[in-house]
Formats: sequence, structure tokens, C-alpha cells
Amino acid sequence: MRFLVLLLLLLPSLARAQMVTRDGVTLTQAQETRAEGIGDQLRCLVCQNESIEGSSASLAAQLRVIIRQQVVAGVPDRQIMAYMVQRYGIFVLLKPPLSPLTYLLYGSPFLAVFLGFLFAWAARRNRAPPPAPLSDADRARLEKILVP
Amino acid sequence: MDTRRRLLFAAPLLAVAAGGAGFYTILRRMQENTYDPHALPSPLIGHKPPPFTLPGLNGGPGFSNTDIAAPPRPMLVNWFASWCIPCAEEAPMLYQLAQTGLPIWGIAYQDKPDAIANYLNQYGNPFTRLAADASGLTAINWGVYGVPETYLIDKTGIVRWRWAGAITLDVLQNGLNPLLAQYS
Repeated sequence: MRFLVLLLLLLPSLARAQMVTRDGVTLTQAQETRAEGIGDQLRCLVCQNESIEGSSASLAAQLRVIIRQQVVAGVPDRQIMAYMVQRYGIFVLLKPPLSPLTYLLYGSPFLAVFLGFLFAWAARRNRAPPPAPLSDADRARLEKILVP
Repeated sequence: MDTRRRLLFAAPLLAVAAGGAGFYTILRRMQENTYDPHALPSPLIGHKPPPFTLPGLNGGPGFSNTDIAAPPRPMLVNWFASWCIPCAEEAPMLYQLAQTGLPIWGIAYQDKPDAIANYLNQYGNPFTRLAADASGLTAINWGVYGVPETYLIDKTGIVRWRWAGAITLDVLQNGLNPLLAQYS
């Protein structure tokens, strides 16, 4: 009985073992993974080619805290992303959304394939027609030249 | 047939030349300070600043978004810090601007009151009103990503312009002055 009570008392510490602390915010491992997933998709505005997760800039650290606080509060991912876009514009997203500004960016592979086909088609069309097959007289002449 | 070959031969060369010309233009404009590849458009432009209330410094009154909701004339909000080198660089420019009667309200970003007082003693105080954002959380709501940043707010309280970095003579002449003329 006493042993069981002791085990029960130790239960909360088991839960604690699953908690992690990052940038001063304590959250569960699942929440931390979610927060990292969000931070990986956001650009650090200070060093511009790093994600918020990977950057050591103090602004990135502050944004990591905000993400984690919102994750703990149960805010959905989309809403956290929207929070960042509202403040810093779509440039904060490492993967730019499809918008009139990015049509050319996302369309460029299709454009390249289309141009390739266009070139191939133009090259085929302009190719010189194959020479006419040899006549019997020509063949006889050739035979005479080649075979001594 | 021969012209086609020549065209095929020239096409890649022309593409490289066009790329080079484009690249050269970018570099030249970067040197002239008319193009900054790191500059970001602010989503705040065309909108009022988000709600905030910031304390003042050394007993002075701070200010909130309602204080800049309808200024009598266009004004600047300047984010700065005593630890920021470009801020010290633009300090003489801000001082001159303040002399012309343009209201400049300052927000000290992640700074200590003593350090700010020292900074203002050393470089002069161009600010009509001064507030402190010690945590930097209001800055995040504004979309500030570094100091100095300067926002132009028109008479209806709407942000019309944001400049990230020091205000140089060039920025003043080509960026701020035309807008000041337009919105005053």
C-alpha cells in the first residue's frame, strides 16, 4: 500500500520529465515539436536567410518565445503564421504563398517546360527534309564506284 | 540556315549580357543608396499603428497609439537605442529635422533609462515626446526588425512610410521630403 502511494506521488514527476524548456518557456515535447515546425517555416528578419529556429538573433529568440506561448495557449498553426505575416509581411514566410506577386516564381518551371517544347517543335519543323531515296541508276553507279 | 545558326549561337551570349546589365544596375543602385536588397515593405503602411501604451523616461510622460491617432501635422516616430551605431549616425540628421519644426516622437527599443539619458546628452535630444519599449514587444507589433526605424504618420494617423536604417541626406531628399510635402 505504502509503495503504491509512493508511486502515485511520483507520477507528476513522470509528466515533468516529458516537459522541455526552450527560451524560457516550458512546454511538452509534442508542443515543442509543433513550435519548431512553425519556427522552421519563418524567416529571421535580422539575418534574412536563416529560420527563426536556427537564428541566434535576439529578435528571433523573442519570436520563438511568442510562438511557444501561443502553442501552449492552444492557438492553431495557421493563426500563429497569420500573426507573423500581419506584422512582418509575407517575406517572413520562407515558403512564399501563391499570390499575384509570386505567380511568375511558381509558374517558371511550367514556363521553362513550355519553352522547351516550343524550341523542340520549332527545331523539328525547320529541319531539312531527308534526301530522296536513290534511283536504280544512281545505285548502279554507286555500286560501280564502291566495288572495284 | 546560316542566320539560324548564328542566332542560336548569339542567344546564350545575349542572355548572359542581359543578366550582366541587370546585375550591374543593381550594384550601381546599391552603391548610390537607391536600392537596398534587405529592405522590406512594411505591412503597416496604409494602416494605423497597433494599439500600445508605453511609459516615459525618468518621470516624463510616455505615449500611446491614441496620442498619435490624429496629429496636427505629419510626424515621425523614430525607434532607436543607445546601443545602436546607425542611430548615433542619424542623430545629427534627426536633430536638424527637429529644428525645422517636424515633430519627432522617439521610442527607445530594449534600452535602460540611464543609457538613454547619456545617449541624449551626447547626441542631443530631437524628440518631442519620448517613450521606452524595454521589452521590445510593442516593436514586434509594429513589425520593427532593427533599430533605427522611422515611420511617417500623416494627419489622419496613418503610416505612410517606413525607413529601416539611418536617415541619410539621400533618404531625406528622395524619400521623406516628397512625402512630407504631399501629406502636410
